[in-house]
Order: sequence, then C-alpha cells, then structure tokens
Amino acid sequence: MKLVVAYIQPHKLKDVKQALYKAQVYKMSVTNALGCGEQHGYKESYRGIKFEVNLLKKVRLEIAVNEDFVEKTVNAIIEGAKTGQIGDGKIFVLELPECIRIRTGEKGKKAIG
Amino acid sequence: MEIGNITNFIQGLNTVWVLLGAFLVFFMQAGFGMIEAGFIRAKNTCNILTKNFLDFCMASLGFFMIGYALMFGDGNGFTGLKGWCLLGLKPAANGIPLYAFWLFQAAFCGAAATIVAGGMAERMKFPAYLIYSFLISAFIYPVIGHWIWGGGWLSNMGFADFAGSTVVHTVGGFAALVGTSVLKPREGKYAADGKPNVIAGHNIPLASLGVFILWFGWFGFNAGSTLSVGDGSLIGRIAINTNIAAAIGGIIAMVTVWKRFGKPDLSMAMNGALAGLVAITAPCAYVEPWAAVVIGGIGGYIVVRGVELLDKLQIDDPVGAFPVHGMCGVWGTLCIGIFGKASLGIPNNGFAYSGNPMQLGIQIVGSVSTIAFVVVSMSIVFKLIDLTMGLRIGREEELRGLDIGEHGMEAYGGFQIFSTM
Repeated sequence: MKLVVAYIQPHKLKDVKQALYKAQVYKMSVTNALGCGEQHGYKESYRGIKFEVNLLKKVRLEIAVNEDFVEKTVNAIIEGAKTGQIGDGKIFVLELPECIRIRTGEKGKKAIG
Repeated sequence: MEIGNITNFIQGLNTVWVLLGAFLVFFMQAGFGMIEAGFIRAKNTCNILTKNFLDFCMASLGFFMIGYALMFGDGNGFTGLKGWCLLGLKPAANGIPLYAFWLFQAAFCGAAATIVAGGMAERMKFPAYLIYSFLISAFIYPVIGHWIWGGGWLSNMGFADFAGSTVVHTVGGFAALVGTSVLKPREGKYAADGKPNVIAGHNIPLASLGVFILWFGWFGFNAGSTLSVGDGSLIGRIAINTNIAAAIGGIIAMVTVWKRFGKPDLSMAMNGALAGLVAITAPCAYVEPWAAVVIGGIGGYIVVRGVELLDKLQIDDPVGAFPVHGMCGVWGTLCIGIFGKASLGIPNNGFAYSGNPMQLGIQIVGSVSTIAFVVVSMSIVFKLIDLTMGLRIGREEELRGLDIGEHGMEAYGGFQIFSTM
C-alpha cells in the first residue's frame, strides 16, 4: 500500500479530479495548503502598495492506493496538473504500513479499495 | 401664515420627501452589493463589489452628462434632446428643484445598472463592465425612461408604471439576461450531460442583510415616486402595498421551494421577497392592499419557477437577476392592467374590476416594446464589447478567482478560503 501526496495549483484541482475519475480513482482527501517552491511567490497590491506574497496557495491531495493503482494515480495527477511551467507542483509516494476502515474494522488492502 | 409662505413650505416639504426617497434608493446600492457578494464565491467578492461601487459612479456621470437630457429634456416621442449636463432645464413637475429631482432619478438609474452585475457575476472582465455601465445609464435606460416618464410615446398612450417595474427592473433584468447569455455559463456550472451543479453562495448572512437593505430602500423607491407628500394618504397606501407584496412574496417563494425540493431554502425566500417588491413597484399606487397580496404572492411563485427554467435552459444567472427583475418586472407591469383602479389615477379600470382588457393591452404593448428595445440594444453593446476588448476573462483566471486576476487583492485577506471551488 502506498500513500500518494501531491501539492498542486488550486485552479488545477478541477482538471486533476477529472483525470483521477477517468483513471477510476474515486477516493481522495483535499486540503488547502500554503507553500513555496520554484515560483517565489506573486505580487498583490493593497492601497497602492505592492507586496510579495511568498507562501502561495496550494492544494494538497492525499490518496491511499494499492500497489497496482500507484502508476495510474500518479499519471492522472500529472495529466491534470501539468502546464510545463514552474509552480505545477510535486508528488510524493510514501510507504503505507497500515490502513483500517473504521466502519467494519477491515485492515490492509481491503480497507483501501 | 400667508399664502406665499404656505406654498413655499409645501414645496420644501415635497423636496425633503423626494430627497429622502433619493437617499433611500441610493442606499439600495449597498443592498445590491451585499446580496450579490453573498450569493457568489469568496474568490470573486472583491470584483463584484468593485463593479457594484463603480457602476453607481459611472451611472452618476453618464446620467448627469447625457442621460437626464435624453430622459426628461424636450424632444420627440422617442427621446429627449435638451439639457446636456443639466444646462438650461427648469424645475421638474410639482416644483421640485431640478437638482433634487435629478438625484432621485440618478439613484434609480444606478439601480438599473447594478442589477446586471449579479447576472454576469464571476466571469465578466472589469473594464468591459465599466464601459457597459456607462452606456446603459447614459443611453439605454434614459430612452426607456423617456418613453414612460419623460412624456414619450408610451406615456401618451396611457401606459402606467408608477415606480419602475418596467423602467428600472425590466430594463435591468433583460439586460442581465442578454449579458449572461452572451457570456455563457460559469466554468463547472453545467455538467457535460447538461445537469446543473450547485455553485453555492459564500455568505448567506451578507445576502440576508442585503435583502433587508433593499426592502428598506424600496420604501423610498416606491413611496418617494409620488414626488409629493400630499395629504399622506397616497404615500401610506404605497408603503403598505410595498411591504405586503414583499412579505407575501417571501412566504410563497419559501413554500414553493419547500414543496418542490423538500427544504425551506433561505436564499429562495429572500429572492421571493425581492420578487414581490419588484412586482408591486409598478402598481403600488393604483391597487388595493388585497391586490398587493396577490401580486406579491404570484411574484414569489414566478421567481422559483424562473430560476428552475433558467437552469433547464442552461442560462447561468448566479444571483437570479433575471427571474427577480426581468420576469417579475413584466408581471408587475401587467398587474396595473389587471388590478389597477381608474379612481387611483390610471386611464382605465383594470381587468379584474371592469372586464375590459384595454389597460392590460396597453401594459402589454409597453412591456413588449421595452423588452425589444433592451434586448436589441444590449445585444449590440455586449457583442461590440466582446469583439473589441473581450467580455469574458480566461479560464485560468476564472478558476483562480477574479479578485486576484482583475484587482490583485483579496476580499478576505488573511483568511483561508477554498478558492478551488
């Protein structure tokens, strides 16, 4: 079992969700996140004064999958989030030692699917 | 007191009344701003409020330089042609000073302009909106106003619209319909199979405050349109009719939505109260309070079904501007021909009293010709803007939100909001 964690541009969430849906990945958690990477922020202005916003709004996706779904999930995220420009985001794939479904007490692969 | 003094006193009192109306109608601008902001997403709030703010500024300018002359200046049956920048004009009817009357009318003009912002919310370019708001208040609204209130051909025919169901609301509502049709729906509003998705408003308390501000301001809108205090009986009648229509509109819209969808949806109940207000605007001076119950109630029903109809047709009107102002504006206008009483100041008794469809026929002619003029002229305006500077923002900016894209600032700086929805 793996945990796929991805940070993407907020305005790409719609496209990523669509790509995941096409790849038959229906389960995910989404949270707002702030972060910075290669993009180095953007400019806002308030009452005539420009200021740099360093921490950019990002969206964090967490998707727990069985091994045979890792590739598909990662590809779908790339398909939805990629523009080819800096700031597109990153994907991390982590080992997931255990997964328990609260409702039934099922564990492991069955609990994820 | 001497006679001269009494005349002066009455004129002063009437002027205070008109200005009080003007101030109340001006405050409705805040109501429109709050309800529009509340019914859209957080990421576009700065944008809608900027539009709401600037359209009153643009309307004031346009209506001062050009609009008032077209609406109330001497001219022909189609348009006025004298009094650019208010130069060389005399006091208005009733001896109300020109400047007081102008302010009252300018506030109405601003209301017509701002109705459109809601219908075209969340995807229209800001510079395009500035141009549009100047054009509607300098040219389109005043021409219709001249037909009906400025001694034009419709008023000569006996067409009646006491406080503006046609002049303000039909104009604003149909302009919004044209605009939102040209713009196309917001990203994600309709699924590929045509089913409408919910794009929920982000602040219902703000919207609710907006509705109460509008309701409050409407007492000035309708009762102020008498332009005189008189012995008080007419403004009393108008005030009660206005209140009753709003209340029943809210109740019926709530019951309708409750019955059809299982829950008493507050946003729809609030739209219903506005629908009742729009509907009673034209007939408020000419009908009995029992008729106001019927007029407002049917307005509340129309608005719910109107919202459903637009979704069926895949026309995306984020705040319900067309069902409230367009549909109920027409309904209210026709009500004069149904429930109006000749003894209260219209040329013919309404259908319900006399069985004579004369007044109803005149009202239909007025409504239809107004709609035709607005649809044609606004289509030209929006198409021209679309071809030259572009009407709609890009997809990425729409997803990111217009606050950052158009204005470089946020409505809720420091708060964490879901700009992804």
